[in-house]
Amino acid sequence: MELLAFGKTGWGDELFYATLMTLAVSITAMLIGFFFAIIFTPLKLSKHKTLNLIGNFYTTVIRGVPELLVIYLFFFGGSGAIMFVASMFGYYEYIEINAFITGSFAIGIISGAYSTEVFRGAIQSLDKGQFEASKVLGIKKHIQFYKIILPQMLRLAIPNLSNVWQITLKDTSLISVTGLVEIMRQSYIAAGSTRDPLFFYSFAAVLYLLLTYLSMKLINKLEVKYSRGF
Amino acid sequence: MIGSFPKLLSATVITLKLLSLSLFFGLFIGLLFAILRMSKNPIINKFAYGYSYVFRGTPLLVQIFIIYFGLGQIEYLRSTFLWVILKEPYWCAVIAFALNTGAYTSEILRSAFQTIKPGLIEAGKSLGIPNKVIFYKIQIPIAIKQSLPAYGNEIILMLKGTSLASTVTLMDLTGVAKYIISTTFKPIEVFIVAGGIYLFMTFCVHNFIKFLEKKYGFQT
Repeated sequence: MELLAFGKTGWGDELFYATLMTLAVSITAMLIGFFFAIIFTPLKLSKHKTLNLIGNFYTTVIRGVPELLVIYLFFFGGSGAIMFVASMFGYYEYIEINAFITGSFAIGIISGAYSTEVFRGAIQSLDKGQFEASKVLGIKKHIQFYKIILPQMLRLAIPNLSNVWQITLKDTSLISVTGLVEIMRQSYIAAGSTRDPLFFYSFAAVLYLLLTYLSMKLINKLEVKYSRGF
Repeated sequence: MIGSFPKLLSATVITLKLLSLSLFFGLFIGLLFAILRMSKNPIINKFAYGYSYVFRGTPLLVQIFIIYFGLGQIEYLRSTFLWVILKEPYWCAVIAFALNTGAYTSEILRSAFQTIKPGLIEAGKSLGIPNKVIFYKIQIPIAIKQSLPAYGNEIILMLKGTSLASTVTLMDLTGVAKYIISTTFKPIEVFIVAGGIYLFMTFCVHNFIKFLEKKYGFQT
């Protein structure tokens, strides 16, 4: 227990901040993922062949390639790409992107591919009559989406989105390879300096379990809220 | 880009070896824990549930690190024959992958067994077929058919999971890709080649499962 003391003698406070960092990266990545899903879900549902191909390309490639490889691409290629864009605007200095941004972006793109699949599935499993009825009633397209499709879709999507959240949360452990100090990286540092890897990695496992357990509780509450009236 | 292709291709062999070994052991672990999960004894049941909860609730990276870095710390283990296995990063990775995929497989198999209509088992019983034969000849074939789509997904997840072997010094496809990236600073080219190899493997697994689904697509 001494190892977990707060302050200078133990690793308690470091691990606590690392847990907050894991949470912050997971939430940011999940939100970036939603952003991607909002762009790519309509593409996947589109009847236009090229648009459809783009949507399918995104989800197939990202879901078929290891997360670690995507992270390496962003980690090693991210600043190069940004510098290339900057050079077009006449800026030639070295630009280093912060590990938090690279990491959340990499995990966000991965999480987005899974979210896209979830949203697509949810919209496709809605009754066709819902779309037709609102059309017949002369409801405008965007009102149809916000008032009729979205509420029903969310109800169907939330259980699967909670899976995506779990995947995203666990994937953030991979960002530790880029040096961002989240749970995994902090445990690595602590294990290295105390020579007690068994304890610290097991403790990291407990922290992850705690995070998944608590977030599941929260999501279950959301699920109850959104399935009102059914 | 073309120069790195042979290196990546030979690393693919290690990835495939890791994948097949861990799936092989994982299937046995999964089957064992699926049977334990269906046990009526609450202690055995809880134990199997705890196993799958812990392994599904923590990142694979933590599991590999605990086995590779953590277990070596136990003095007692170092004196047993297990140390021969545990000192090798290759076997540590296989053990971690097998335990991880075993947890997911047990859930897939459990839900497959539970969706079998009780009428089929009752029919077997009333025909006087012994319990063992009912299990092997009725329950298992139906469970295989039911679990194929989900198991196909699990194989693909595991294929991607083997990339984590590179974190414990193994030079698998991702490990070699990272090495080439960090020496040549050509992340995009290497990503396209390595990613292409992974995608090709995913594609093969996907189609193989589809083929099996057709083959076992009998009505139940």
